[in-house]
Amino acid sequence: MSSFREISCDTITKTVRELFLDANTVLGEDVLYAVKKSIAGEESELGRYALEKIEENAKIARETSAPLCQDTGLAVLFVELGQDVHIVGGNFDEAIQRGVREAYRDGFLRKSVCDPLSRKNTGDNTPAIIHTEIVDGNSIKITAMPKGGGSENMSSCAMLLPAAGAEGLKKCIVEKVAKAGSNPCPPVIVGIGIGGSIEKSAILAKKALLRTVGEHNQSDSRLSKLEDEILEEINRLGIGPQGYGGRTTALAVHIEMMPCHIASLPVTINIQCHVARHKEAVI
Amino acid sequence: MKNAIQVDTPLTDTICEELNVGDLVLLSGEVITGRDTAHKRLYNSILQGERLPVSLEGEIIFYAAPTPARPGHPIGSIGPTTSSRMDQYTPKLIASGLKGMIGKGKRSAEVREAIKRYKAVYFGAMGGVAALLSRCVKKAEVIAYGDLGPESMMRLEIVNFPLVVVNDTKGRDLYEEAVEKHQGPLKNF
Repeated sequence: MSSFREISCDTITKTVRELFLDANTVLGEDVLYAVKKSIAGEESELGRYALEKIEENAKIARETSAPLCQDTGLAVLFVELGQDVHIVGGNFDEAIQRGVREAYRDGFLRKSVCDPLSRKNTGDNTPAIIHTEIVDGNSIKITAMPKGGGSENMSSCAMLLPAAGAEGLKKCIVEKVAKAGSNPCPPVIVGIGIGGSIEKSAILAKKALLRTVGEHNQSDSRLSKLEDEILEEINRLGIGPQGYGGRTTALAVHIEMMPCHIASLPVTINIQCHVARHKEAVI
Repeated sequence: MKNAIQVDTPLTDTICEELNVGDLVLLSGEVITGRDTAHKRLYNSILQGERLPVSLEGEIIFYAAPTPARPGHPIGSIGPTTSSRMDQYTPKLIASGLKGMIGKGKRSAEVREAIKRYKAVYFGAMGGVAALLSRCVKKAEVIAYGDLGPESMMRLEIVNFPLVVVNDTKGRDLYEEAVEKHQGPLKNF
């Protein structure tokens, strides 16, 4: 049993700020590796050209601290809060919002948050979207995930018939990726959430995007098999990098699943573009 | 890699007719930026017979809203947004003189028809390589709708901006042809 620990809001703010600055300029090694690996197997000339530009962009962004993409995203966070932590010096939510505000100001990141109806920009890229889970222990794990609008717009939920099964699921997902076409900036990473309730399936889908690119679901062999099958079918669609044609439409498919109602089969697909940004830290 | 075609603005009927789907282009000269709200405003102004804040004659619109520029730099990271959101306004703008568009993603049948009819061109810029693309922008200044912040209309001076021809004057579509060419079981190459 861990001992009780105080963590200050200032520390939370500083950590969040650093994570969003980092995530927006340094592309993960796993993403870069997946892109590099796909060049050799890409039959399309324009497709290879696009993949090479992605590599080049990551280098420029890292070396000059320039944002990888002009859409520096909605600030999404996943927080695992240890139940033996006592947060001091302010309000937890406010500390995170402040960290986001500072990152988007200091990093010359784009303010991309607005009122849904009037479309008036909120001016500071808040509010951030925070998903908090209480876990064992006395630390806080924060994952910052700037999520762009283009790929998010191609994401959706379906309440399938329970009888749909794995085949119905596959069909639903591949159809959605086919319909999205070039819009979500392929090559994409496909996050799939199965089960839970309607809103839980969406959170599972987004969480699935945080896995190391290409890492299979470790807890259920049915899912790792499904991940391979869906990836293969998606890459037979021919959409290719940037929709210019080719075999590299998706870099990976990640599935998270949990039990659901006996009358339901919720499935959410959350698409991530190739600028797959997420950084984590443990306080 | 096939050779890229150097194109200087302004675009003309001749230039547009010479471009073909899948051509790699390095564009130099001037373009203007504008997206959702700017388009809505321009469109409504045309409908109401109002004078536009910027003439569209011979222009190229780049659907982009960049990150703020760091001190000493002309522009922040810049890249295309999904063009289809501007489809409903585009045929009217093309009929009013707009010659080119830079964005990403498929256009509607009406837009493609207007491109064919008025001898325009739709270029795809790559999405998600915004740090790289910003190096091709030498100058940027707000020319209209400054209240829209990052979505205001700007005039950009560009040099060798890499683009791919997606829709040409012959009515072809790169995305459709690409899928037809590359779909199905993996072939050896």
